[in-house]
Amino acid sequence: MEWVWTNFGLIWGLTLSQVWLSAFPIVIGFVVSIPLGYLASRSRVARSILLSIGGILYTIPSLALFIIIPVIIGTSILDPINVVIALTIYAIAIMVRSAADAFVSVPEPVQDSATAVGFSSAQRFFAVDFPLSGPVLLAGIRVVSVSTVSLVSIGSVIGVSSLGFLFTDGFQRNFPTEIWAGIVGTLVIAAVFDGILVLIGRILMPWNRRSSPALARNVASKRSVVLR
Amino acid sequence: MDLIIQGFTWIFAAAQWAGGGSIPVRLGEHLYYTGVSLAIAFVIAVPLGLYIGHTGKGRGVAIAASNISRALPTLGLLAVLVLVFGVGLLPAVIVLVILGIPPLLAGAYAGVESVDPQTVDAARAMGMTELQILFKVEIPLGAALIIGGFRAAALQIIATTVVAAYFGLGGLGRFLVDGQSQNDYPKLVGGAILVIALALVVDGVLALLQKLVVPRVSAGTRNTRRTARGGVIPPVAQSRTLIKEGQ
Repeated sequence: MEWVWTNFGLIWGLTLSQVWLSAFPIVIGFVVSIPLGYLASRSRVARSILLSIGGILYTIPSLALFIIIPVIIGTSILDPINVVIALTIYAIAIMVRSAADAFVSVPEPVQDSATAVGFSSAQRFFAVDFPLSGPVLLAGIRVVSVSTVSLVSIGSVIGVSSLGFLFTDGFQRNFPTEIWAGIVGTLVIAAVFDGILVLIGRILMPWNRRSSPALARNVASKRSVVLR
Repeated sequence: MDLIIQGFTWIFAAAQWAGGGSIPVRLGEHLYYTGVSLAIAFVIAVPLGLYIGHTGKGRGVAIAASNISRALPTLGLLAVLVLVFGVGLLPAVIVLVILGIPPLLAGAYAGVESVDPQTVDAARAMGMTELQILFKVEIPLGAALIIGGFRAAALQIIATTVVAAYFGLGGLGRFLVDGQSQNDYPKLVGGAILVIALALVVDGVLALLQKLVVPRVSAGTRNTRRTARGGVIPPVAQSRTLIKEGQ
């Protein structure tokens, strides 16, 4: 415990880099997945193509992806951007499926009545489809957030600094306290991110506050089966 | 892109196919760690998951387990256990089993739960015992999701075994870790290609298996479904849609 206080500066710095390395993939993954997921919910062909590509990309073990990405895009192998890109790819791979399920979860009669009262398709998307798919989207992005935070630390094997540094350094120095500090730190970041997402959900979807709809729960629990 | 070619050249060089640290040896180690861990995780998780799915008890535990395991940093877990038990198979297998259990558990539980309650009730009404219901109705109808859990567990374990090489274990991850520390880029990239290939092949085989086990709906049922649009869809067809959705 004493080690934690004397090295608080180091831990805090690593925590910040872990936060940045995981925040970017979560945000970009969400933004990119919305249009892709919408496309997948509209067309059967797009759905099967997007979900197959996502499934294949998600199958690639993270360490191998961290190494292959710089080779393909020509960055240095130690560049943190590789980890950000790899984790963004994973985030999109998970989130497109969630987004597609989310848009499918919007009841068809509701969509039809929006069209009937004269909504254009863009208006319908922003005023009807997007808000109503919110609960399932939230469930999806929460899964993305947790897994992204825990995957960032693997980057430290190839020298990308994050709380994972405490794992490799603690191992080399034979010092479990340091490793435990890293594990706890990672869990705390994951919990804080999750709390922020839930809070954003509460603010943006006040109608959803009381009871989480059965559908969102159902989809979320299915997600946890299919994904690692 | 040049490095990719060098990586492939490295893979196909004769030196990589014979001797102590050759590709076949590393691949064998990787499959061995994965197989042992999967088997142990399977024995622990699947009966438990089937029980939860069949009785509906402990549903929260299954969901919580899978959420927590997703948040746990595998690298940290491996580091701690290797320090406690020393470098070797034991700490790695413990971590791999821990990571394999949640997807297997969730798959088994969700597979059983995805079966239409009407179908289960029908089986019960026909006089099947609870065990018969489980083995003759729920497991066959939920098989795709159960194998889906197995697939997720297998991939999680394969990926983590790669990372375990950092802590002195064998397996394909050795090429990545050694390539990195020796600045041997062809080895590093070649190793990464091998890891990706292994993951894709295992995933592909299990995906195929998953497709094969989805029970066939008889032609009569299928017709009912097509003609009865908007009407009542037969339970068998319903649970089939659910399973497909779950993939």
